[in-house]
Amino acid sequence: MGDLVAEKHVQYILSVQKKKDSFESVVMEHLRMNGAYWGLTTLHLLGKLDTVDVHEVVSWIMSCQHDEGGFGGNVGHDPHILYTLSAVQVLALFNKLDVIDADKVTNYIVGLQNEDGSFSGDIWGEVDTRFSYIAICCLSLLHRLDRINVDKAVKYIISCQNMDGGFGCTPGGESHAGQIFCCVGALAIAGSLDLVDKDLLGWWLCERQVKSGGLNGRPEKLPDVCYSWWVLSSLIMIDRVHWISKEKLIKFILDCQVI
Amino acid sequence: MHGRPRKPLKEEDESVLSAKAEKLHSLQSQFLANHQNRIYTKEALDLSAKLLEINPECYTAWNYRKLAVQHNLSESNSDSDASLFDQELKVVENALKKNFKSYGAWHHRKWVLSKGHSSIDNELRLLNDFQKADARNFHAWNYRRFVTALMKISDEDELKYTEKVIGVNFSNYSAWHNRSVLLSTLFKRKAEGFSHKEKVLQEEYKYVHSAIFTDSDDQSGWFYHLWLIDQTVKNDAPLLVSSWPSHGANITLNGNNSLHGSGLSLLNSTLSDTKTLPVILCFNQAVEGVNSSTVVVKSELLKEDLVWKPLSTNNSSTAQVWVVYLNMGNMKLQLSKTYSIEINIGHSMGILSSNGYHYGAPSQITFEVCVQTAYTEPVDGQRGKLTSWKDNDFRKIDHFEESNPAVSADHHIPTTSNWCMEAIDEEITNFQDLSDCKIRKLTLARLLIALDLLSPQHDKRKNHTEEVLKLYTELMKLDPTHSLYYKDEHSLLLLQQITSSRESLIPYCHYYKDASETNTSYVCLRLQNLSLSRMGSFENLLWVQMLDLSHNELRSIEGLEAMQLLSCLNLSHNKFGSFTALGPLRLLKSLKVLNISCNELGSHSIDTRRYLCSSPLAHSEVFAWDRFEILCGSYSATKFWEAFLIFESLNLTDLNIAGNAVADENFASFIVKVLPTLKLLNDEEL
Repeated sequence: MGDLVAEKHVQYILSVQKKKDSFESVVMEHLRMNGAYWGLTTLHLLGKLDTVDVHEVVSWIMSCQHDEGGFGGNVGHDPHILYTLSAVQVLALFNKLDVIDADKVTNYIVGLQNEDGSFSGDIWGEVDTRFSYIAICCLSLLHRLDRINVDKAVKYIISCQNMDGGFGCTPGGESHAGQIFCCVGALAIAGSLDLVDKDLLGWWLCERQVKSGGLNGRPEKLPDVCYSWWVLSSLIMIDRVHWISKEKLIKFILDCQVI
Repeated sequence: MHGRPRKPLKEEDESVLSAKAEKLHSLQSQFLANHQNRIYTKEALDLSAKLLEINPECYTAWNYRKLAVQHNLSESNSDSDASLFDQELKVVENALKKNFKSYGAWHHRKWVLSKGHSSIDNELRLLNDFQKADARNFHAWNYRRFVTALMKISDEDELKYTEKVIGVNFSNYSAWHNRSVLLSTLFKRKAEGFSHKEKVLQEEYKYVHSAIFTDSDDQSGWFYHLWLIDQTVKNDAPLLVSSWPSHGANITLNGNNSLHGSGLSLLNSTLSDTKTLPVILCFNQAVEGVNSSTVVVKSELLKEDLVWKPLSTNNSSTAQVWVVYLNMGNMKLQLSKTYSIEINIGHSMGILSSNGYHYGAPSQITFEVCVQTAYTEPVDGQRGKLTSWKDNDFRKIDHFEESNPAVSADHHIPTTSNWCMEAIDEEITNFQDLSDCKIRKLTLARLLIALDLLSPQHDKRKNHTEEVLKLYTELMKLDPTHSLYYKDEHSLLLLQQITSSRESLIPYCHYYKDASETNTSYVCLRLQNLSLSRMGSFENLLWVQMLDLSHNELRSIEGLEAMQLLSCLNLSHNKFGSFTALGPLRLLKSLKVLNISCNELGSHSIDTRRYLCSSPLAHSEVFAWDRFEILCGSYSATKFWEAFLIFESLNLTDLNIAGNAVADENFASFIVKVLPTLKLLNDEEL
């Protein structure tokens, strides 16, 4: 185990950004907006956000916006709540939220809230608690959280709470670390973490740490470094992160580095 | 995908991949052009089908196909409708072959079905195939729940299905999860055969043993078993667990309006200053709807309507602990007369748990208040302000006066039948074999705690606390990765043991003697050096005015807001890492003396209490930005805003923050401005 080779990660991200014709890039073309969020946030964490051309990124983001206010995953792709959040997050990262019409984006999201408080991903009606998080997070960034019915949104999220303290995509859905992050995050922003059984969920989450020190996403699954984010941030939000071994996790993550 | 090792590409592979990339790129570009120009010809549709077969994640293509269906439906007759939809189902199946976790594919199928097209058999066949391919595919399970709801398949039938699946392989968390969902629904609507929980639960315990005992490392049954214990033990209806004053208490006020309850609770400066007497109600779970209609306070003393307040650290309208302040100053109290105050809880409906259950059996608390002439003039040091926490200034109490019960009676959960205890008892026998198996030890600990909770306190049955404390200590060694989890549980249980009765509390109760000798003295609860990593048992601590929790390992004081009488608090030499961790203090109106020296305030870049404390970030609070900016001036706003949030509403006279990374001179002068009532900072007079 060594250290985090930050410089190499920066180079990797910049190379991925430039190389648009690799198979990997083409097959994920439709979610480039998400990729931009992950890659640019990483650069920011490593103090290298200035290595990208802000104007290029911003104008590309704006070219993905539709009249309804929502953003698509890339040029020519339909608007969806997933990419709308990523777009807003990247603009916030660059301190460029002033380039969008915040009310227009807000209206798009408000229009996606359903009677029961849930959110659809787009006009085609797929409902998932991921979208609840996205709506709440996005509107919080735009300082317009009061435009949706937060109480109903919270009630819907709680209706997805399971016997193990975790959350699924929809009511009755199995607990999954990704969904848990979304639900706990949404409740955190909405000041409603008192509705979470922190001890029960905390135990379920801390048991995601397996012998190798890595974290899995649900019981009897393999660990994956991505869960270091979903599980870890969930534990932090409910103040139970001391229930896992920090050292073992760090070792696992560094072992996942491709140098 | 998870768990796949990365393989470096060989040269031939690179060129093959490059060709693939170009082909896909061209396909996608053509598709986008068709989509933009709304071309829904057979050729265009086939192209989109081809694309989705290669790349089912291309969500715009699924949208396109829906648009195409809508377009082509409107132009055709009903015969070809069926084949149109069949075609869509086929495209979904092909896509799922490529990636059976594709959100877009599954949703498209749901969309087709919601148009009223498909057969149960077809869908169930598909689901059975997916179950075989991957029993944990949550998309398939979600889809199964969608189909069974749409086609009105019974919960009982689905329960049998989970048995079938578990029979093939017990290690199927998804099936156990589904089982819990189905049983919850069946219990709730008291379906035939499920109206007597006990019978069902007893069967379930036996059933889940296969999952727990076959492979002790397999987690599939752990959470289900814990859920069964919870179902056995829990009381859905909210109940009152404790109160202050407690039933039968006698509160004495001095002629100059200071308060004391005989033998225990004494002079408190805030209470004498504001002349309010708090009445605290502590429930077994968070409730809403406590107000002057649902909790009726009767006394000749009262002239005005009472406003009950939920003690919630995030400004919620539900809370486990509620308080009302009786304004004694408004009342014309006669000397040496005893006034009775009667509190009737739940005689009218309205107190609800978050699950919608109403308050259990109506109950009543009565206590007495009387006024005596003061026999000494209270000295400054006695007015709820101790000035030292040193060992020398305290001496042990050897007994409590009988007339004032510090500890409320019986906190056990009333049960209507014995089956709960029998069920837990029986389970215990299954877990008694203590091979060095983590889940067995942990489950045994939980079962013993459950048993003690169910046993009435007057029952002379042996209390298992010592045994469980030992189990947690063993678990810390057996499973060091999760040692701080077991430590927290250990702390909670230790506190319960200490606070459960007067006998157990006495060793920790001390009188405080002021430097200037006087006749009267205080009771301080001193819980130092107990390796406490977590606080709890607040329902037993409502009477405490002075609390010393120094030299422990506390990171939070969640729940402390219940201690409304608290005037002096020592949290020094702990592990408090953020001001937000002190959030509960904001609800303590009486707090005057606070020691948080030698902690970790300002040492951490990550704040794990951030969203658990009411703040503008959690959209639960309006921040006094103007006042903050005036006080903060040129100091670092990002460093101090949380301190401002916590301290600006407190009226401390004595604060000690020395020994914290954040406590430099700048901070000291800032905090002095925030707290105009402060007389002592870091043990020095201002």
